[in-house]
Amino acid sequence: MGKTLADTQDDAVDGASPVLQFREVTKVFPDGTHALNNITFEVRRGEFVSIVGPSGCGKSTILRIASGLLPATHGDVALADDNIGYVFQDATLLPWRTVRRNVELFGELHKVDKEELTRIAQDAIDLVGLTDFEDHHPRRLSGGMKMRVSLARSLTLNPGLFLFDEPFGALDELTRERLNEELLNLFLSEKFGAVFITHSLYEAVFLSTRVIAMSPRPGRLIQEFHIPFEYPRHPELRFEPEFAEMTGKVSAALRAGQ
Amino acid sequence: MTSEDQLVRDGTPSTAAKEAETFIPQPEQGRGRLARTLVTVAAPAGFFVLFVTGWYLVSYVLLTPRRRFLMPPPHEIIAEGFGKSDNLIQILTGLWQTTRVAFLGLIIAIAIGLVLATLMSQARWIENSVYPYAVVLQTVPIIALVPLIGLWFDYNFQARVIVSVIISLFPIITNTLFGLRSADSSHHDLFTLHGATRMTRLRKLMIPGSVPAMFTGFRISAGLSVIGAIVSDFFFRQGAPGIGRLLDIYRLNIQMEMLYVAIFWSSMLGVVMFWGFGLVGNLLTRKWHDASLARG
Ligand SMILES: Nc1ncnc2c1ncn2[C@@H]1O[C@H](COP(=O)(O)OP(=O)(O)OP(=O)(O)O)[C@@H](O)[C@H]1O
Ligand SMILES: [Mg+2]
Repeated sequence: MGKTLADTQDDAVDGASPVLQFREVTKVFPDGTHALNNITFEVRRGEFVSIVGPSGCGKSTILRIASGLLPATHGDVALADDNIGYVFQDATLLPWRTVRRNVELFGELHKVDKEELTRIAQDAIDLVGLTDFEDHHPRRLSGGMKMRVSLARSLTLNPGLFLFDEPFGALDELTRERLNEELLNLFLSEKFGAVFITHSLYEAVFLSTRVIAMSPRPGRLIQEFHIPFEYPRHPELRFEPEFAEMTGKVSAALRAGQ
Repeated sequence: MTSEDQLVRDGTPSTAAKEAETFIPQPEQGRGRLARTLVTVAAPAGFFVLFVTGWYLVSYVLLTPRRRFLMPPPHEIIAEGFGKSDNLIQILTGLWQTTRVAFLGLIIAIAIGLVLATLMSQARWIENSVYPYAVVLQTVPIIALVPLIGLWFDYNFQARVIVSVIISLFPIITNTLFGLRSADSSHHDLFTLHGATRMTRLRKLMIPGSVPAMFTGFRISAGLSVIGAIVSDFFFRQGAPGIGRLLDIYRLNIQMEMLYVAIFWSSMLGVVMFWGFGLVGNLLTRKWHDASLARG
């Protein structure tokens, strides 16, 4: 990789260097479960890649390996930068901390200067639309708001790569759609690279530059789809015939892979 | 959906969407409040009246005058225990002695228990080495240990405190350890991802998360420490008398009214300690912990 991330921030996707690379990654758990088989893909800055596949096919395992929480059994994983945002399905907020203190957590762990952290956290809170909720405890927030706090918390470190593990899976349809649109706005303004796991093909197609379909366990990549729709994408895109056609293709690939 | 609902479309948050997602607690409606009053005030009060009535029935109807001393009626007990200043001073002096023992015992048990539980949470080998002794301390009948401790420590204040510590240690260790272990694995993952040290993980994740369980342990142990103070006092029969010693004296002198008064005060002491720790725990966690709303 010749260029650093900073150089490539504003480049077009094609010119950007990968922020995440998987080369022939295989994962066998100690108990013998063969979770992943020969996974190769890469994500560049400014790319939004969704991974869809049947339950248990190893999607979460891919993210855990990418983040370094798990080692790969075979193959190579390369990260451009250790600074990654990882968002789980559960917002994983600390219930005893207020919204503000939750958003400040990662900065604290990285020893960011107190005053600076206060400012960064406030910016992130404003960015996800939680201004005035700084002093609430998570218990008083709805599922969608908790997810926003979780997003804001990751945004404070301004990561070049985001890993999302079904972040909106537990939310109702309307909240999920609204958060999809907000996430796209963040994606366009912050220009990170993203790997997004979801069970919803609509969500995958709506958000992504690429969608990768996986086979049942042991998970392989069966097909990759480039999603041609221009950003910014408008909510109404979901009702266009081309959109339905695209989700149909992904769905067919998943079914063929069974 | 209107464009109002999209928050970050151009970087300006919309308040409409936020409000749609906030829970606004509804004031309780009439029927709900009535039911609550019944449950919290009327029912306990009714039960108390029933209890006192039952007592009088036993004293005056069930027991013949000759045997009435076994269960004197409440007003005689009150007259004896609260109306006579000699008796009152004697029992309050004893109560103070017992309170000091129980309180000091509890504080020491809390200090030891928290340190042990924290160490045990850090390494399996520490847990495996310490836990069996904690279990033994818990299961050996305290009555069997009391004479030994009395012999070793000369039946004094210190010996009573030690009995109190021993009896109240176990629930603090187990509840705190349970609390320290209760953090989600995904929370631990977050701390791992951001390179948190063992100390940071303990300070920012495990300890704050253990507070509710910790206070459950304190509450249970508060009652036990009072029992420890009274039992040791009862068996030592030496040193400044506390409630335990007075119980024995009243029993020997067949001062039945005072026996009841002593029982009353010793249970009040346990209740107040139990309730006090519950209150403090509640104040510390009520903003975020669901269960603390349910029970004081
Ligand atoms: N620590 C582990 N030890 C053994 N097997 C595991 C472990 N973690 C996951 N697995 C297994 O590996 C497979 C892949 O798990 P993973 O969580 O990655 O699936 P997933 O695609 O994320 O599923 P879902 O869509 O339900 O979230 C599953 O069969 C799972 O049971
Ligand atoms: Mg998963």
